[in-house]
Amino acid sequence: MSRTPLFLRPASYRRRRRRDAARLLPFVGIFLVLLPILWAPVAGFERSTATDGIFLFAVWAGMIAAAFAIARSLAGSDEGAGDDPETDAPAPHAGERES
Amino acid sequence: MPFNILVLASLGYVACLFAVAWAAERRADRGRAGFLRSSLVYTLSLSIYCTAWTFYGAVGYAARSGLEFLTIYLGPTLVFIGWWWLLRKLVRIGRQQRVTSIADLISSRFGKSNLLGVIVTVIAVVAATPYIALQLQSVTLSFASFASPMDGLAPPGTEATAVWVACGLALFTILFGTRNLDAKEQHHGIVTAIAVEAVVKLVALVAVGVWVVWGLADGVGDIIARIDASAISGWELQPGRWAGLIFVSAAAVLTLPRMFQVMVVESADERHLFTAAWAFPAYMLAMSLFIVPIAVVGLERMPAGANPDMFVLTLPLAEGQGALAMLAFLGGFSSATSMVIVEAIALATMVSNHIVMPVWLRLAPARAVPGDVRRLVILSRRFSIAAVLGLGYAYYRLSGGSSALAAIGLIAFVGVAQILPALLFGIFWRGATRVGAALGLTVGFIVWAYTLFLPSFGPDAAIAAQVFTEGPWGLGWLRPYALFGVVGMDPLLHALFWSLALNTGVFLAGSLLTFPGPVERVQGAAFVRVFDTDPTGPEPWARGQAEPEDLLVMAQRILGDEDALTLFEAEARAQGKAGYLPDPTPGFMAGLERRLAGSVGAATAHAMISQLAGRATVTVEDLMAVASESAQILEYSARLESQQSELTRTARALREANEKLTQLSVQKDGFLSQISHELRTPMTSIRAFSEIVAEGGLEPAQVVRYGTIIHDEAKRLTRLLDDLLDLSVLENGSVQLDLTLAPLGQMIDRALAAASQTAPTRSFLIHRDPPTETIFLRTDADRLVQVFINLVSNARKYCDADAPELRIAVRQRGARVTVDFIDNGTGISKASQGIVFEKFARLTDQSRAGGAGLGLAICREVMASLGGSITYLPGQGGAAFRVTVPLRLERKAV
Repeated sequence: MSRTPLFLRPASYRRRRRRDAARLLPFVGIFLVLLPILWAPVAGFERSTATDGIFLFAVWAGMIAAAFAIARSLAGSDEGAGDDPETDAPAPHAGERES
Repeated sequence: MPFNILVLASLGYVACLFAVAWAAERRADRGRAGFLRSSLVYTLSLSIYCTAWTFYGAVGYAARSGLEFLTIYLGPTLVFIGWWWLLRKLVRIGRQQRVTSIADLISSRFGKSNLLGVIVTVIAVVAATPYIALQLQSVTLSFASFASPMDGLAPPGTEATAVWVACGLALFTILFGTRNLDAKEQHHGIVTAIAVEAVVKLVALVAVGVWVVWGLADGVGDIIARIDASAISGWELQPGRWAGLIFVSAAAVLTLPRMFQVMVVESADERHLFTAAWAFPAYMLAMSLFIVPIAVVGLERMPAGANPDMFVLTLPLAEGQGALAMLAFLGGFSSATSMVIVEAIALATMVSNHIVMPVWLRLAPARAVPGDVRRLVILSRRFSIAAVLGLGYAYYRLSGGSSALAAIGLIAFVGVAQILPALLFGIFWRGATRVGAALGLTVGFIVWAYTLFLPSFGPDAAIAAQVFTEGPWGLGWLRPYALFGVVGMDPLLHALFWSLALNTGVFLAGSLLTFPGPVERVQGAAFVRVFDTDPTGPEPWARGQAEPEDLLVMAQRILGDEDALTLFEAEARAQGKAGYLPDPTPGFMAGLERRLAGSVGAATAHAMISQLAGRATVTVEDLMAVASESAQILEYSARLESQQSELTRTARALREANEKLTQLSVQKDGFLSQISHELRTPMTSIRAFSEIVAEGGLEPAQVVRYGTIIHDEAKRLTRLLDDLLDLSVLENGSVQLDLTLAPLGQMIDRALAAASQTAPTRSFLIHRDPPTETIFLRTDADRLVQVFINLVSNARKYCDADAPELRIAVRQRGARVTVDFIDNGTGISKASQGIVFEKFARLTDQSRAGGAGLGLAICREVMASLGGSITYLPGQGGAAFRVTVPLRLERKAV
């Protein structure tokens, strides 16, 4: 079986990290949108709905901007549509065989 | 505003949408769909996620529960910015397997099981009823709040409005969505109309928002102060609901039938996801930006009892902004219509593919009449659309039409979220099995219905009030709002938690304990490993069990005559064969199945091919063999495979050539003996009778009789020699063509008149379609008529039906015209189809034929010199010949 090389050229290396970023982004997003759960009412501190709203919209806009940047860089390197086996990181299931 | 102007505006708007859809479809038909398939249109079409719930309901939601409304848009945002994980895979699978709906995806993944298709369809239809009711309710409310305070024509009661809205939407959807059955379930017209509606609703909501912030309030700073001063700021975030709603909306965006339709089924290009990943969240952000300001200002300015769900509309109305209110009304109207259209189409596809078609197949397995299945499919889709809207209306009436919009929508969300475990595990875990999926879906659906859907009708409506307090049969741990003794949980969260927990638990247990069937394992591997090169499973169909002609007949009934013939012809050419019938290789069968699945769903397509080819022959042993072999030869296989297919093609071509040569050699011998026989018979009688006459001493009457015989025989001899000469001239290519411009209809008239002398006692029923024949051809009319005469008289001679009929079908395709001659006899056996065009190839016994057997051979040569062709057309229920001529024959440069 063809094995993917252990070390990669810089271009391939960058491409993989861009994919990692794309994979990572939703988890960052989940963390950020679930932060408000920690806003338990504290005695003596009045929460401001407007400020909370601005925080959420800022997080939202930030996620969109990050998704835009990642999608642009991925589209620029002309991939995603075709996963060439040489450069694709072995997916969790690629080596799986039914047993 | 007068009620009738409102109605007129809505109708005008709908007419505009129809025009847009029609124009888009025309463009797509002409192959200029470039713009229509852009990522912009794709992203805008995704916006059917934002229905009337968003347009009207979000403001009401914000007025009641503060920022909680954002969860409904944050969930999908997370799914879209995480597209690399899930959406990319879903879209790829959808394209590779030609998936027609979410039910089809689940059914196809778990071994093309129709049971699962039915379960998912039922869940989707039931869960959609509250959602459609929500749209009806919002449109009805908007009509009521717009029209009632004004004078003019009195508006009908809200109930009558709801009926009219439901009927109008059903009619509109039927007109829009079921005009044709696409090869793959794509509707360019609708997608474009949806994109236009997306722009309308965004513009309307943003316009109202801008007017509220900078018109009623004093800019951003003022709005922030007002928000903190308003009742909304008393809002408190409930952690469970916050996380739960984000989760359920993320699940719903994947499993809602209409979202799946636009996201996966209508997807023209995977690369659109690059744009949609950020653009669709941005669209939702723009839609949500002004919700809180509108709610706050609405609460301030509107009377205490006003319905906050309608603030987007009533606020401009109350402030005397008629035009803005009209825009808002149209925005809300388009949110509701676009949702209903796509949802109804998606559900109708599911119902027709997973319920109607299987039932029809079961009831009429042997019905081989060449009827068009497509009419049945389209009819069932139309009925399904009407039924889906009828159910939505029923829910609206039963639930009283008074609940908050968001509350109704969430019921639907939790319902469709039941599909999520089967979907996620199905595409990421090869161990997921059909039994597990069926159990999980059923349990989840029942729990959802018991704890959320049925209680939503109110106490004593579907479930007795006593059950809510004491549980069924006094079993306290089965109370709908407190399953297993969990008391005090928010009912929505309670239903979400228990339905999905039990659903997933049962699904996992079922999958771990059962063993998947072979087809299921093949499909599981194909889905989970969709990005790993080509699917290298064992071929599911054995070679040579199905007759290609039967396959063609079946394909014609689903794809239509032209598409099916084109598909078969292309495959035959790829195999190195001429004509329309490729060998039923396993690869071809699998491809054909996928193609049919694009129209009628995987399970039905699989069942239909099974009827012809017997059961799929893949076994567990095959799977094991593939597993061990592929490990060893994976590297070589690609190269070997291409070489092998090349060799196979060559071998097949050689085999065909060899067969033909053998036949030709036999024919040549036959030809020589035939020609000497044909020449000798008349010669013998001429010689005999001329000897008798030469001896003299005969009665004059006898001389005349013998003379006539000699003359007739000489004539027959001449005709034979003429034919032979004609043929040799044609074969040498030295024929002179007399090119003129002639109407095709007239040529067929001439041919029919001339051929009526053949077997004049038989009465023939001729079917023609004169309007299609009004084509002027630039060709050698006499030669072409000669071919037609030959075909018609052949039909007269050989058609063995009791009531013989001949159908002449003319069709223009680009610069070529095809003329089909189809009779209703038994046709020509497959073995003889290859040689009918050879010289002296007379298939039946000579006495019936009466000719020399040169007719079709001459026809073939004539057509070749006219730049066209003549072929035998299999699978038409009789002998059928297709004559293809160029519209304008250019004189060859000699």
